[in-house]
Amino acid sequence: MTSIPVPGESARPVATDAGERNYLTAGRGLASWLFTVDHKRIAILYMIGICSTFMLGGIFAMLVRIEHWSPGATITDSGETYNRWFTLHGAIMTFLVLVPSIPAILGNFALPLMLGAKDVAFPRLNLLSFYLWLIGAVGFVCVLFLGGIDTGWTFYTPYSTTTATKVGLAGLGAFILGFSSILTGVNFLVTIHKMRHPGMGWFKMPLFLWSLYATAIIQIVATPVVGITLLLLVVERTMGLGIFDPALGGDPVLFQHFFWFYSHPVVYVMILPGMGIISELISIYSRKHIFGYSFIAWSSIAIALFGFLVWGHHLFVSTQSAVMSTIFSLLTFSVSIPSAIKVFNWLATMYRGSIRLTTPMIYALSFLFLFGIGGLTGLFLGTLSVDMHLHDTYFIVAHFHYTMMGSTLIALIGGIHHWWPKMFGRMYNEAVGRLAAVLTFVGFNATFIPQFLMGSRGMPRRYYNYPLEFEFLHRASTVGSFILALGLFMAAYNLIASLFHGKKVPDNPCGGASLEWQTTSPPHLHNFEKPPVLTDPYDMEDLYWDEETGGYRSRSVEGASGGS
Amino acid sequence: MSQVLETGAVDGGGAHDRPAHLAHHFDTPEQQFETAKLGMWVFLVTEILFFSGLFCAYAVFRANNPEIFLYGHAFLDKTLGAANTIILITSSFTMAWAVRCAQIGARKGLIINLILTFVCAAGFMGIKAVEYSQKVEHGLLWGNKFNPEVHAVEGSGSGAEAAAAHVEEPPVGAHIFFGIYFGMTGLHGLHVLIGMGLILWLLIRAMKGHFGPGYFTPVDIVGLYWHLVDLIWIFLFPLLYLIH
Amino acid sequence: MNGQANGGVHAVPLRVLAQVFGALLILTVLTVVLANYHFGPFDLWIAMGIATLKALLVALFFMHLRWDRPFNGVIFLCSLVFVFIFIGFCLLDTSSYQDQVKLRQNDLLMQKK
Repeated sequence: MTSIPVPGESARPVATDAGERNYLTAGRGLASWLFTVDHKRIAILYMIGICSTFMLGGIFAMLVRIEHWSPGATITDSGETYNRWFTLHGAIMTFLVLVPSIPAILGNFALPLMLGAKDVAFPRLNLLSFYLWLIGAVGFVCVLFLGGIDTGWTFYTPYSTTTATKVGLAGLGAFILGFSSILTGVNFLVTIHKMRHPGMGWFKMPLFLWSLYATAIIQIVATPVVGITLLLLVVERTMGLGIFDPALGGDPVLFQHFFWFYSHPVVYVMILPGMGIISELISIYSRKHIFGYSFIAWSSIAIALFGFLVWGHHLFVSTQSAVMSTIFSLLTFSVSIPSAIKVFNWLATMYRGSIRLTTPMIYALSFLFLFGIGGLTGLFLGTLSVDMHLHDTYFIVAHFHYTMMGSTLIALIGGIHHWWPKMFGRMYNEAVGRLAAVLTFVGFNATFIPQFLMGSRGMPRRYYNYPLEFEFLHRASTVGSFILALGLFMAAYNLIASLFHGKKVPDNPCGGASLEWQTTSPPHLHNFEKPPVLTDPYDMEDLYWDEETGGYRSRSVEGASGGS
Repeated sequence: MSQVLETGAVDGGGAHDRPAHLAHHFDTPEQQFETAKLGMWVFLVTEILFFSGLFCAYAVFRANNPEIFLYGHAFLDKTLGAANTIILITSSFTMAWAVRCAQIGARKGLIINLILTFVCAAGFMGIKAVEYSQKVEHGLLWGNKFNPEVHAVEGSGSGAEAAAAHVEEPPVGAHIFFGIYFGMTGLHGLHVLIGMGLILWLLIRAMKGHFGPGYFTPVDIVGLYWHLVDLIWIFLFPLLYLIH
Repeated sequence: MNGQANGGVHAVPLRVLAQVFGALLILTVLTVVLANYHFGPFDLWIAMGIATLKALLVALFFMHLRWDRPFNGVIFLCSLVFVFIFIGFCLLDTSSYQDQVKLRQNDLLMQKK
């Protein structure tokens, strides 16, 4: 690959001409999808899979919310059934949806394109990680049909070593999903190191790639530890190893240390790629160069590294020593610094920009708001004395839903809307998209703000029953969850409908300056028909609106083609 | 249908002097080699962290219950452990030699060294099997299967000697040592088995003449994996066998 | 052409490999012999020191880190840093709650009997 552009026609053909050679039409039949090693097709496979499991996890969330419509029995009179619902909701959403979500879908699709590469470094490994994900997903579905699990998604010992539910199978499933995550991380890290467009230095990369790089570090370092933890748990259950089970002289608190060494950093696996997407969206839809590029880039790395030093804040009430709790509390506050750096830089990017309230931008603005709440409430929980009161209440539930669902998934949905025209070459209905985004935002807050209130008044999490005084707040939360579900379904309908009725789009319909917008929509089988011209990924001044094609065009790309 | 994509790749690349082993998405063999090597190093990081869980369990239990480890380690056969250490180091040496042979294009040397490495690995597993069967015989097992009294006086070999020295009641939780012992050596043994499979694969490819100075990436990479397996044993040996 | 030969790849001389092999054997014998003498609290550190030295030899020469791109070595070292963080923090904490774990274990043992 060379950075010298091939001389040729200066006006690029509109996407419709490239129909025959794009990645969607390059091979036909089911086998061409199931055995593909093309990163773009693997991204689509992941998208179908993850959206299906997202719906499955969502069903359990709705069951939990409906059950809380009234105290005592609403749709089930068995607390054990309730325990299975919230456990399956948590486990499916965490291991099957949130951890892979953004890297596997949008990372897979956009990373090689943004680098100007033909594929990820190890395409077959990429397919393998998809199939590992699939095996893990099948494992979880088996667990579901074999009676579920009731430990909560954290699998805490000693309950998980004694309960009769299918913890072993679920643990094995999560173990396999861990491998999938590791292989994705290895692949992305190596790809970013070795496959960059010639001339693309580290600080010329789009910020989404920086966030994927930071994510990959965590996936590589933290995930193996949960792998061995779950393996030990499975061995403990099947063979009675005796490391975690106190009945055999084991140390159940050690399990929590093991588990959170992974599971705290892994929340940054979920949120960091979301932050990367927001960096793209904010700059593109404010039509302004990103503010503080290197601060945002380094803060991703800082979050990844600090993330390893704070796991003890999950053990404040688990007999952790006072000294360690104090250290972990202090370190927890340190993570807020790089997070705040990002938020302020996004705000500064928007300042005096020409903001377009497109669908992705509404999701991005929702993210700023929801992540703000999620992040700031995290500070309350990092404070030792406050955490004593709030630990294991709905306050915690609301806090991590604001960061995980309100931030990660909102960023994912925003990102999918942003890259959708590039993926499929068609535009969704903008009005419906905006309405769905607003509904999602409203529904989300309606669901979880009442949970903050309940939690601070002492409503514990994971309880089947509750006193009558919480009924109003629980009902408000349940109503909110229906609005949220409506918003999500509307967005899904809008996107799917666009595949059939959507308007065809040119190469660059939304004005992104990174390399993926230089190829056709949908991209060519090998990503770029001619080598892309390296440009500043945030130089919005370089782009101008072309009425004829209905998209943006780049002056420097045309200059490079015309000049040679 | 991946064939379709691959043939498409060759068409798209349009270069005629590309070596057969160069995948379509790389520009040069150097890039491909460096990429594979970096990928392997990153994978080794995940392996180290994977084992670190067991090392952490070891450290925590040993720090808090040293008597368990003093009691338990006496049942391990130091001679067999040392023999296995030397065997594994030898296999590492022959593996490094094999990589050198591949780099300079000495096909015969490559094949011989790979065979030697494989034989050493098999020997390691053989000795491990002897050790395991001794433990099973004496009921020196993990968790709720730990039942040393029954067999302590019977049996033969060094296990019985050690047991005789410890006729007294084992300390509470003595089985944890064996839980950790079987956990660590079992996981390590699994890696040795995987390594043996990989070496066999290399051997078949080497016999077919796939490797030479222009292309030895798989040999180099399996070599790295094999040395890591050796590295972990280098730490396991003193931690498990040489406690006092 | 052999693109790899000039791509920073270094075929380690057999003499060097053999010397490293010899050193590893000597260190193995040394650690076994030293295990028969007692140095009190230093026992563990002596054994670990020798093991680390051996590991260093394997990594530098057998795994080519001495000639490799420095970044590969950096990755390797980073993994060790994370392992130390993991084990270190766990060790710092576990001693503080052992009494409670022991109490719980005794309860469960009593229940069994």
